[in-house]
This record gives sequence, structure tokens and C-alpha cells, in this order.
Amino acid sequence: MEAAYAPALDLARALDAGEARATEITESLLQRIDALEPNLRAFLERTTERALEEAHESDDRRASGEPLSPYDGIPVAYKDIFVTKDVVTTAGSRILEGWVPPYNSTVVAAGYRAGLPMLGKTNLDEFAMGSSTENSAFGASRNPWDLERVPGGSSGGTAALVAAGAVPWGWGTETGGSVRQPASLCGIVGVKPTYGLVSRYGMVAFASSLDQAGPFARTVADAAALLQIAAGHDPADSTSIPEDVPDYLDGIDGGIEGMRIGIVKEFQEGSTEGGGMQPGVRARVEEAYNRLEKLGASLEEVSLPSFDYGISAYYLIAPAEASSNLARYDGVRYGYRAEESSDVVAMMSRTRAEGFGAEVKRRILLGTYALSAGYYEAYYGKAQKVRTLIIDDLKRAYESVDLIVCPTSPTTAFKLGERTADPLAMYLSDVFTVPVNLAGNCAISVPCGLSTDDGLPVGLQLIAKALDEKTMFRAAHAFEQDLGWISSPEGRPQL
Amino acid sequence: MNGDLFQTTVGLEIHVELATQSKMFCGCAVAFAGEPNSRTCPVCLGLPGSLPVANRKAVEHTIRIGVALDCDIVEHSLFHRKNYFYPDMPKNYQISQYDIPLAVGGAVKISGDFGTKRVGITRVHLEEDTGKSVHIGGAGRLAESDYSLEDFNRAGTPLVEIVTEPDISSAEEARMFVTELRALLESLGVSDVRMEEGSLRVDANVSVRRAGETEHGTKVEVKNMNSIRSVARALEFEEQRQREALAAGESLVQETRHFDENTGKTFPGRLKEYSSDYRYFPEPDLVPFEPEPAWVEEIRASLPELPVQRRARLASEYGLGDKDIAILTASTKTAGWFETAAKAYGGDAKKVVNWIIADLYGLLNEAAIELWESKIKPEHLAALISLIDSGEISGKQAKEVLAQMFATGSAPQSIAEEKGLRQVSDKGELESAVDEVIAENSEAADKVRAGQMNTIGFLVGQVMKKTSGRANPGVVNDLLRRKLVD
Amino acid sequence: MGLDRAAVDHVARLARLNLSDDERTRMQDELTHILEHVERIQALELDGVEPTSHAVRITNVMRPDEVRPSLDAQEAVANAPEKEDGRFKVPRILEED
Ligand SMILES: [Mg+2]
Ligand SMILES: [Zn+2]
Repeated sequence: MEAAYAPALDLARALDAGEARATEITESLLQRIDALEPNLRAFLERTTERALEEAHESDDRRASGEPLSPYDGIPVAYKDIFVTKDVVTTAGSRILEGWVPPYNSTVVAAGYRAGLPMLGKTNLDEFAMGSSTENSAFGASRNPWDLERVPGGSSGGTAALVAAGAVPWGWGTETGGSVRQPASLCGIVGVKPTYGLVSRYGMVAFASSLDQAGPFARTVADAAALLQIAAGHDPADSTSIPEDVPDYLDGIDGGIEGMRIGIVKEFQEGSTEGGGMQPGVRARVEEAYNRLEKLGASLEEVSLPSFDYGISAYYLIAPAEASSNLARYDGVRYGYRAEESSDVVAMMSRTRAEGFGAEVKRRILLGTYALSAGYYEAYYGKAQKVRTLIIDDLKRAYESVDLIVCPTSPTTAFKLGERTADPLAMYLSDVFTVPVNLAGNCAISVPCGLSTDDGLPVGLQLIAKALDEKTMFRAAHAFEQDLGWISSPEGRPQL
Repeated sequence: MNGDLFQTTVGLEIHVELATQSKMFCGCAVAFAGEPNSRTCPVCLGLPGSLPVANRKAVEHTIRIGVALDCDIVEHSLFHRKNYFYPDMPKNYQISQYDIPLAVGGAVKISGDFGTKRVGITRVHLEEDTGKSVHIGGAGRLAESDYSLEDFNRAGTPLVEIVTEPDISSAEEARMFVTELRALLESLGVSDVRMEEGSLRVDANVSVRRAGETEHGTKVEVKNMNSIRSVARALEFEEQRQREALAAGESLVQETRHFDENTGKTFPGRLKEYSSDYRYFPEPDLVPFEPEPAWVEEIRASLPELPVQRRARLASEYGLGDKDIAILTASTKTAGWFETAAKAYGGDAKKVVNWIIADLYGLLNEAAIELWESKIKPEHLAALISLIDSGEISGKQAKEVLAQMFATGSAPQSIAEEKGLRQVSDKGELESAVDEVIAENSEAADKVRAGQMNTIGFLVGQVMKKTSGRANPGVVNDLLRRKLVD
Repeated sequence: MGLDRAAVDHVARLARLNLSDDERTRMQDELTHILEHVERIQALELDGVEPTSHAVRITNVMRPDEVRPSLDAQEAVANAPEKEDGRFKVPRILEED
């Protein structure tokens, strides 16, 4: 069967019915990747041989009637920030070039337990710091909708592959919107699960109190299924939530009749902090609101004043944690080391100067400053309090609504190089996504069609309560089905 | 010392490696030595993506130390990151406790020639140990070395830091405090408290000021004192150095100084080029700790007998004096050894103490080992003392036997046998010898009959000679009296 | 609130980052620009607001004191830029910690 653009759940049915084999699916996807990769530049490391072996093993399991899971044999791609045993893991940084980990991240291990062949490790902004993949030490990836434009970031590699029908689903990670924003810019589904739902063990850390793995897929149901595979308590992660995970697909098509959905007042016309919204984006998002109402939801405006301080709080907290998390890259135990240094301090300082890119240095310096003596209270301390305000605002809002809706990104995919000169402008592309990471809630970006002004994909963001993924998926699924865009030819980039 | 002119203030920072099975935040084994980096994993090597999970036993031990030191156990505690770069630190930050340690505000009572005083405990907190650097070249000294090698087997070992108030005012008080704390920690079974191996590390902040001044003097940190004795030596030297400097009108620099075992002096360490700024912030990879009150009470209830309690009991139960008790309770194992011996003996425990302190310690010091490490068994010491009581051997012979026991670990009876040391106390055996002596020395015998008792000693001597010293002089004396006087 | 050159140098030193002269200038400008933006939180009334350091409300996560297998020594140093006798080799250390 034709694997390109086929939803993972359809592939699962075909495999189960014996209408397809994992090797066929994997081979056809590999061919498509061979054709597209020169343009997309989505992979940092391809594991073709392994993927084929794993596909063969999967077919054998199916043949003997012992599949590891309903999805056994459906290929997957991982952002190169997930640690993979014996497979080079760089987090898009020179400083980790050639690092061969001795262990697997929990997310990757879960993929193997479910029988998903790994196609490779995908491109990202260095250490997930960025919104375009242009900060990758190994070059930017491209948006399949327009190769002159960015796929978004930091998880742009996986997003581009899924949007191009080169892989049915894949993993990214979020710290401030790094799954939802590229999903929006690439016209696919991206999920930021509740903080603590998916183990962070083996995820190269950026900002530990914000980092969370998230699935990409072309359909909401596929995203829910992939999340299901990795979600759940992990004793190796102290911040992992010790609770059972509900079945996300069960009741996903229950519709949103009677659901109360809040529209963010502060984001109606963009935001005070981030500036205006692209008209074509706004138009599509307002259509989406109407569609939700048409589907039986009751819409009301909710005010979240603290959301207008999200970027400011985020760009103090995330760099502060990053400055500490990235201290371990010092040329002593692994990764890059600058040669011929007179002493260990010189060696570390040169290693880090040569091994890190400009954005990473910028954030390390910013974070070190925010934590340094005399500034902690004014910066990191205050930012943590803003975080509390955001949590409280959301609590208040959820007293009257079940779900909150707003755009995912103020603009569609921007041109390569357009924002690299102005870091702050780049930061502000996360203005709608960042508050959710600060609060720890779950949110999803689901396509709501093409922008009326530039014909590029627009994403709608649905924000649910912590651990209320089911409501989130149900609403996103209802919207997606009614819109019918993803399954239409219009939902596929011309490649 | 010109102690009236100057006042010394000492505060101590003690790091204790906990005797857990596994490390603080990972499952690697806690142990000494071993092949370099053979007890490491992604977590304690600080590999990308790895995450810490706290060892329950380590938290329990910290609470145990806290309650034993009369501290308050806080209701809400947190780990922070202490950020600074050092090649023996895998993550270039140390997971430690900052503004809310697990235990605060305790005290330790110490006594000695200075009297009795209370040393306040500011805080007890939990953290992780670093790896070990070996410096190559420059005679292994950091300063002149060519390069260094890092072994992370020790990295991540649970470390408890105990900080005292600046209540200590002399090297002797510091020595007593460390002795007391060491015994306490040993009795809790939370650490093997071996200063030589570095499982108990003492740093001191020493300052001297003119008597009457309210401001503390310039604080000098003294490091690497690897035994209780070197704590005393180092602080004596440092105290004197500061006093002389002040007396000479010199001003002191705030610095870190290292103690040199060989010279007995402290010398300044390499000054850091820049002041450190640790940028503490809450460790996001660990969640807060709120010790269940029930758990804390359980730990409190399960505390073993502490040295201070044992002392009281040794006084009441065995009627020992403070000096003896102090010596015995310097280590729980020593005290335990004594009590086993005393019980086995059953008689006057003071005799047991005397044999331990007067005789055994000499042998122990020569061999440079602790009492419980020696071959000699407490039951055997008891048996030895009984042999003297029953007159089977003399006190002088007992010392020979003890030396043998110490060397071989065998029982006093058998040693006495081999050496043919057993005294003849059997009247039957001795009677003939006594009769012969009376016959051979009729003059002396007559003098005794005539009441010149001082002559009886001469006859006893003759009997001893006949029996080549194996006769029990007391028994011989009785026999002579019976035959000549009664 | 801007960031002067001295502050940039101090922070770079703390972070063990060598900066070239133009990097120093660029970083100073960019960081100043970013700090000017985040300054907006100073306007907020935050007295009495509790800081949030963790997004999840979990406490007392501990593991039993059990030994788990370590990496084997060779594996542990496999990625070392320089090693000697199974240890990680580093240039001379000038400062004490
Ligand atoms: Mg410490
Ligand atoms: Zn370990």
C-alpha cells in the first residue's frame, strides 16, 4: 500500500489485516526520504539499515501472531535530542558531535517496546534553542510548503518530515512551543503534553522545569496514539507523574457538544508583548472559533492578563536553567574538546567557545546573569512569581471553561534568515505557546487551513487543564474531522 | 599562650560520607577503591539526558543525624544546584541544599579541661560528593602538576554536611567536638567515619580577635586535616600564627590554608583568580521533600544508645570515672568491647578498664590499630583477669600472657599452660617443699616459732626457690604459719 | 537596565565562555535589548506571590537504596576526548575548587 501520507492508524489496520508488511512500508518511506531529503535536510542521522532490520523483525512477529503493539512495524523519527544507545546524538550541537550514548531515552525505549522501526534522528535548533532550526550547527531544515521558508522549531526536522508524508509520526520536544509552533508552520498536529506525563529521562536537557516531549502526526488520533506509547510514570524521572494514563483514543470522537471553550482576550489582536498577528492567520483562527461554536461548543472570552508576561518570564527562567544544564559540556568526559590548552579553565572556556553556537552562548550568558549575585531576585525570582500568576490565571479561567483556544503562532512560516538578525523577534514567535509551558498544562496545535494572505498553513491551539489530554484530543479531533482539510489534497504540500 | 589578650573563634564544617549501598542519585555502588570509573553510570557521569532520583536511605540517615544532634527537622526542604566548574564535578554543578536544609538548630555538648560547653549546630544538609583527581607530575601536588586524571567512582556518594556555630574557642575544644561527633555518627551507623579515607572531612573557620572586641577577626579557612590529631595540631598552629601576627600588629588576609602533616604548619592555598558566584537555584530535576512526621518519629524512636547516654550508664552500671569513660566512649566499638569483657568477667569492672587502658592500649598504639581490630577477644581478657584473681598466675605473668594473647588471639589458659606459667597453689603439692625448707632451715624456723614473723619471708623465698618460682607465695605463707605458728 | 562590558565579561567568565571582541560587543547589545524587553515584569505587583520552581505538585520522590549495574569501565570512558589508565585526562588544574 502507499505509505506516504497514510495515517498511522490506517497503517496499523492494514498491518493487522495482513494487507501490508512493515518492510514494504519502511522501504517506501525510505525511498520517499531519499527523494525529499536533499531539499528538506530534515535528518541529522539516518538509521536506514537498523530500520529495515527492525521492520523485518516486526514482520516476523506479526507472522507468528505476536506483535509488540497495534503499531508494531510503523516507522518513527526522533528529534536528535532523544538519547539513542549506539546511535550518535548531538542535540544539533558541535559540542556533542560524534557522541555515542551508552543508553536509550525512555521515549525511544518505549518506541522499541511498541515495535516502531527508527528511521533516524532529526534536525533541531542547537539544544532546542530556537524557533526555526536555523540554529542547528548542521544547517537549517526547510518547510515542505515552501523550501525558502523555515519549518519552525526547535523540532523542525520531525515536523517537516511528517508534513511531507515521509514519516507518519515522530517525536519532538517542547520548552516554549517547539512542537506546537513547527506543527502550525508545517500544517500538521503537534502536542505539548502535561509536564510530567512523558518521562524526560534521556532527553538532552534545555530547561528542566519546562522541557516535555511531544508527538507530531498528521491526524489528532495518530498524535494521541503516539503519545499513548510513551506516556506514563517513569521511576527514572523524579518529576514524572505517578498516575495511570487513560486511553486517549477511547471516546476521541465523542464531539464537543456542550463543551465550554474560552477565547483568550489578551490574544484577540495579537498581544501587547508580542505585537500584532498576521491578518491571514487571524482570519483563519476566527473561522475556527466559529466552527467550534457550530459544532456545539459554547464560546466565551476569558481574560489571562499574565499571559502578556509569558515571554519575559520565559526568557529569564529557560536561559537560567539552560546555563546550568549546559555546564556539563566542558570537554572532559565526552564530546568536543579544544586542543592544546595550557590549563583546564582555558580548555573548558575554549571548548565551549568553539563548541556552542551564538544562540546557545547568548542564552547561557543571559541565564548566568539572571542567576548571578545581586540579580537573582530581580530576574529569576520575579520570573518564578510571574509563573505563579500564569498558573493562577489558568485555574481561574478553568472555573468557567473546559478548554482555552487561541492561535498557535502569530504568523505563518517565515523566510529563512528573516529573523536570525534579531533574536528578540525570533523569541516573540513563541508568544502564544510559552505560557502553557510555564504553567505545565497540555495543549495541541491542529491545522485550521491555509492563511488567506500567503497560502501557508495556520495552526489553532487548544489548551486544556493539566492531565486533561482526553478533552484536548476530543475537541481537536472533532474540529479536524469537520474541517476535513488534512485528508483533502489541499492539506498536502506540493512537492 | 597570651590567651588573655586574644580570643579565638572556630566554626567547623564537617562532611560525612554516608554508608549507603548505592549512590545519592543513582544505583551505582558506594565503595572504596576499585578500577577507575567502574562504578559510574549516565547519572553520576553527568551524561546528557540523565536525571537524578534521591536515595531514600540517604535522606533517612540525614534525618537520623539531625534528630541525634537535637535539630529540628524541617517540614519542607528542597535541593538546589550549586553552580561552579571543576573537572571532578560531572555536571559542573553540585546538587546540594541551600536555604532550606533538612535539619537546623541543634547542639553537641563537649567537656574536657576547659569544662563543659554547648556547641551549636547551625544546619545539617544532604549533598553529593565529587569525583577524585589524581595529579600527575609535580610530586602529585596540584600546584606543580603537569596534568590530572579524573575518576568518578566517588562522584555522587551521599554526603552530609554539618555546620557548627562559631562556638568553639580553642584547638582542644575543636578536638573534643570532632571526637564527640565522630563517636555519635559511629553509634548511629550512618558512616564509617574514617578521616584517613576521607569519609569524615573537617574544615575549620578560624579567627582571632583582641579580647573585648565585638567584631570577629579575619576568617581563615583551614583544610585537609586528615585525623582528629591533625585537627588539634592544625588549629593550634593556626591560632598561634594569627595571635602572633596580631601581636606584631600585622593584619591577616581572609584565605584558605592547608595543613601539612609533616611540618605541622598551615600554608596558603592557591588564591582563586575570581570570587566564586554559585548561582544557587532550586534543582528542577528533583521535587521538594516534606518528611512525614510519622517517619521522623519512627527514626527518632529507633535511635541507638548515643555516646552521652552510654556514658551515664557506664558510670552508674560500672561505677567508672569520667576519664576512663571518656576514653572508652571515644568509639562505640571500644565501649562495646569493654562491656563484653566486663560482663564476661563479672567482677570489678575497674580492673577490666585498667587492663585495657594501662596495658592493652600500649600494645594497640604500637600496632596502630583500634581495640576492636585487635586479635584479642574481650572474653579472653576477662578470663585472664580471673586467672589472676584465682591466683593461678601472677600479675607479672599476666602481662606476658596478654602480649601472647594480643599476638595470637588464643585464650589465656592455653598460653599459660604452654609457657608453664601456672602457679602451684595446691597445698598437697607444696606441703613437701615447705617441710623440706623447714628441716633445712631449722634456725630460721625457730625464730618464726619464737614470734619473729619478719623471718617468714625468708622461708617463703626458700620455698619459691625450690619450686623455681612456681609456688603461689600466698599459699606457701599460709602453710608456713600453720606449721610453725598455730 | 542595560548590561555593561564588565558585566558581560564577568558573566562570560562564570560561564566558562571565551568571547572574541566582536562577540562581546554583539552579546552586550543583544542582551541589553532582551533585558530591556523582560524588564516589563518589574512593573508587576508581585509582593506576597509565591515563586513557582516546579510545574508539578509532587513531593518526596525517593528510590530504595539498591545497587544497580554500572557501565563497565571501558564504556564509561569510551567517549573521553583524552584518557589515561581508565581515567579522564585533563590539562593542569591551576585553581583549587
Ligand atoms: Mg558541602
Ligand atoms: Zn551512577
